[in-house]
Amino acid sequence: MEYVGKIFVILISSILINNFVMSRFLGICPFLGVSKRVETAVGMGAAVTFVMAMTSLITYIIQYVILEPLGLEYLQTIIFILVIASLVQFVEMVIQKTSPTLYQALGVYLPLITTNCAVLGVAIINIDEKYDLIQALFNGVGAALGFTLAIVLFAGVRERLELSDIPKPLKGFPIALITAGLMSVAFLGFQGLIK
Amino acid sequence: MKALKVFFNGVLNENPTFRMVLGMCPTLALTTAAINGIGMGLATTFVLVGSNLVISLLKSFIPQKIRIPAFVVVIATFVTVVSMIMQAFLPELNKSLGIYIPLIVVNCIILARAESFASKNSVFLSITDGLGMGVGFTLALLLLGSIREILGAGTWFGMPVFSDGFSPAVIMILPPGGFITLGLVLGLLNKLTGRAE
Repeated sequence: MEYVGKIFVILISSILINNFVMSRFLGICPFLGVSKRVETAVGMGAAVTFVMAMTSLITYIIQYVILEPLGLEYLQTIIFILVIASLVQFVEMVIQKTSPTLYQALGVYLPLITTNCAVLGVAIINIDEKYDLIQALFNGVGAALGFTLAIVLFAGVRERLELSDIPKPLKGFPIALITAGLMSVAFLGFQGLIK
Repeated sequence: MKALKVFFNGVLNENPTFRMVLGMCPTLALTTAAINGIGMGLATTFVLVGSNLVISLLKSFIPQKIRIPAFVVVIATFVTVVSMIMQAFLPELNKSLGIYIPLIVVNCIILARAESFASKNSVFLSITDGLGMGVGFTLALLLLGSIREILGAGTWFGMPVFSDGFSPAVIMILPPGGFITLGLVLGLLNKLTGRAE
């Protein structure tokens, strides 16, 4: 029971308290780039969730089955980024074969996941925090859900922002960043949720 | 002459942070103090120069189809080197930069320069470009880090800048401060240069 509690804490803290976008600043590029429409934000979130769950599992196995027994920990960064790149390629091929509709919907955002630093970030955090396999998986899923939550909320705000009267120099990126800052203040409110 | 132009292109005209808005994750996460900004900037500069050098040397050997994975492997190699050097000689800084050191691999600035500059230009120009972009990035991080540290902690490089009565606005060194500072600085630059979207 205690173990289940611990996993629940990991899940909640990676979704809300240590939200990847709002408090760890991981995955900012897609957060700013793919948040103009709610639909694409949802699609991006779904693809990232899948890739991050798979990455958590595979990098965990590689770290403890291959790299550590052979004393090759220093190759971690190189191996992990290659795993993520091939995983994204693989996911792309599978989705293309099994569900062309979903493939159409995700479009260009699929290959872009490779350079989403949240994916490499979650793999490294799993190792740094010394999570076991189940915890790593839940941390990955939680982080991805947190990313999806943030990007979908932000896309909703931005859709309205486009119609509002904004001072000219602030249009585009500056006002988006300030909006994200205000959202981040709201996320600070979750800080005391656990303990 | 051309080299100078390439160098200042990276520092000013195409400043990676303020003009291209690339590499946002380290920009926002590590500018809580001026010293962290400089540390991250220099580490990124080293990787940029190294990867630009190697990629422009290898540009005629790398097949077009697999160039992106090849670039990523080169970049990851230099990131590993930087992280080992920092662990050995700058353990304190290494600790405060933490997870963002290995994450230099996915910093879009580096891949963008490899793809759009180093794979098309001579070795010397590529090194200059890496240096220019790196200096531009470092200066941007230094500026943001200074603003946030002075307002959020009342210090600059750890030295107090205000008298005792000053109570720092802690929000500036918390995550929201990062977003808001960058947004306002970008807006101010747009205003000054008369450039708006």
